[in-house]
Amino acid sequence: MPYFCPPPQPVTFLLVHDTSTTEPQAAGPRARVIPGKSRTWARAFADIRLGLSDRELWSHLGWQDIKQRYRRSVLGPLWITLSMGITAIGLGLLYSQLFGAEIGTFLPYITVGFIVWAFILGCLTEGADTFISNEGLIKHLPAPLTVYALRTTWRLTIMFGHNLIVYFAVLAIFFSDLLGEYKIVETARVFQPGLDWSILLAIPAFLLLLINGVWVSLLLGVVSTRFRDVPQVISALSSLLFFMTPIVWSTDILSARFTDLADAGWRVYIYELNPLYHFIQIIRAPMIGNAQSGHHWLVVGGITIGGWALTLLIMRNYRARVSYWV
Amino acid sequence: MVNIEVRNAYVDFPIFDAKTRSLKKKVLGKVGGKIGTDSRVPIIEALHDITLSLADGDRVGLVGHNGAGKSTLLRLLSGIYEPTRGTSSIRGRVAPVFDLGVGMDQEISGYENIMIRGLYLGMTRKQMEMRVDDIAEFTELGNYLQMPLRTYSTGMRVRLALGVVTSIDPEILLLDEGIGAVDAAFLNKARDRLVDLVKRSGLLVFASHQDDLLLELCTSAIWMDEGHLKMQGPLRDVITAYKGKDPFENIGAETAARLGLDTHSAVKGGDT
Ligand SMILES: Nc1ncnc2c1ncn2[C@@H]1O[C@H](COP(=O)(O)OP(=O)(O)O)[C@@H](O)[C@H]1O
Ligand SMILES: [Mg+2]
Repeated sequence: MPYFCPPPQPVTFLLVHDTSTTEPQAAGPRARVIPGKSRTWARAFADIRLGLSDRELWSHLGWQDIKQRYRRSVLGPLWITLSMGITAIGLGLLYSQLFGAEIGTFLPYITVGFIVWAFILGCLTEGADTFISNEGLIKHLPAPLTVYALRTTWRLTIMFGHNLIVYFAVLAIFFSDLLGEYKIVETARVFQPGLDWSILLAIPAFLLLLINGVWVSLLLGVVSTRFRDVPQVISALSSLLFFMTPIVWSTDILSARFTDLADAGWRVYIYELNPLYHFIQIIRAPMIGNAQSGHHWLVVGGITIGGWALTLLIMRNYRARVSYWV
Repeated sequence: MVNIEVRNAYVDFPIFDAKTRSLKKKVLGKVGGKIGTDSRVPIIEALHDITLSLADGDRVGLVGHNGAGKSTLLRLLSGIYEPTRGTSSIRGRVAPVFDLGVGMDQEISGYENIMIRGLYLGMTRKQMEMRVDDIAEFTELGNYLQMPLRTYSTGMRVRLALGVVTSIDPEILLLDEGIGAVDAAFLNKARDRLVDLVKRSGLLVFASHQDDLLLELCTSAIWMDEGHLKMQGPLRDVITAYKGKDPFENIGAETAARLGLDTHSAVKGGDT
């Protein structure tokens, strides 16, 4: 006899939710436990934790992207390095003449600034596209959303690695120029101390940038899936952002115009209020032996905490909606 | 423990047209006051108040007309969609095989596809590298595995996906009707592996329009109709109610032999 679906039982809310019962299995795939409620902090954190633990998946997908992008080209991923090299040399030659700067110190300055900028721009534009471009996978194979954010960030990291080759080449050529004290532009009032052991600070600085890249991808990814104008807004603003940020110009150029920095007044806020400046500075300053300042680290630290807090909130509330929106 | 518990679950798809999806309306709408009719996004209710409890050993066929919500239900059971209202909790290693025309990057090779699918199902690269020869042999795709996916026919994609899921040990296997796209010879071969797999894996949900496949793989069934769970029960009863005739009546002789029953005194569907 056919029996019909039992009428819905009185709503007893499910209390199944221990997420830690994954039993490790050598031969088979790992278990996933997806508990009942969607909008919980536990689910948001679990998404990030499980996403991170799927390391093989996102690293494979990230590499796949690089290989795919240069699939039929002769030079392959070497194009990343090459195009960065051409851009950095071209901009370096041009702007060192415009600003009256030594090529030996200004070219490294522009090179590093541009490499970090490429990573940041990637986080903003490709981050906004994170879920939109993975629509097919999201709808066909269950996985934590964080996997896609990490795919994007990992891909950008690989490109950053390729670009670093340009930095090392430039460093090898102009090493002697960067060793002692130097001025970024001839008119600058301050000397830069030159390269020393503090170059190692670039490593934790880049890690911080990475950590921020992940939340930016997650946050912009979720928001852009719902509001498709966001990626357009970002790309519309990206050129302006590039020129507003001290990448091809130096803050020393601005301060050189004033005998006393206090006279510069509000003008320092042109860059001090730009969060990207601080991210670039914590990496660039050690890499080319510029004067360092702790306030950049403070700002970046604050953005990291604030950004992740906001992202967790968005993940809690809208994580489960992304597969509906893409 | 492998199980799926769905309570009073709804799946509502918001349909954003170009206007509602943009920020324009949100931002300008606040300033200009109410603009005529309601600005709410139209919604397609794909699943309506589904309550379902599946456990280890269940092998469920999913029947219903096109657009009845079968694929959506499978996605709900896989965790891809979380219910808009209600709850669903899933325990176990899920391996879904959905319609295969879309989803994957069309430029990657068959080998890459095997690897990525495997990684998604929670395997490691090493584990997949060990299995890849076995999968290549089973799918009979040969040199095609080096070709980009866009050169594959639907049936060939199904072969690939089936090859991957049957080579690992999932606990929850979710198959959409697309797997009917393979040819008869391969289906025969796949059937053995599937039957075998279904015995090992805890839970199967299989959407299909092919009675013989359903009879072979499933013991119970769910009939979906316009997003509602219209009926749930033993396979034979549900198919009889859905099609208006007993599926055992006009079953092929070959299938009957394989199922180990004689067509005249057909066993009750639910007990096989
Ligand atoms: N991503 C989606 N967006 C909007 N509507 C959808 C989406 N997926 C499915 N639907 C709608 O949900 C209903 C059920 O679809 P589906 O589950 O694919 O049916 P079936 O697999 O039984 O043929 C259909 O009316 C379909 O239009
Ligand atoms: Mg379908």
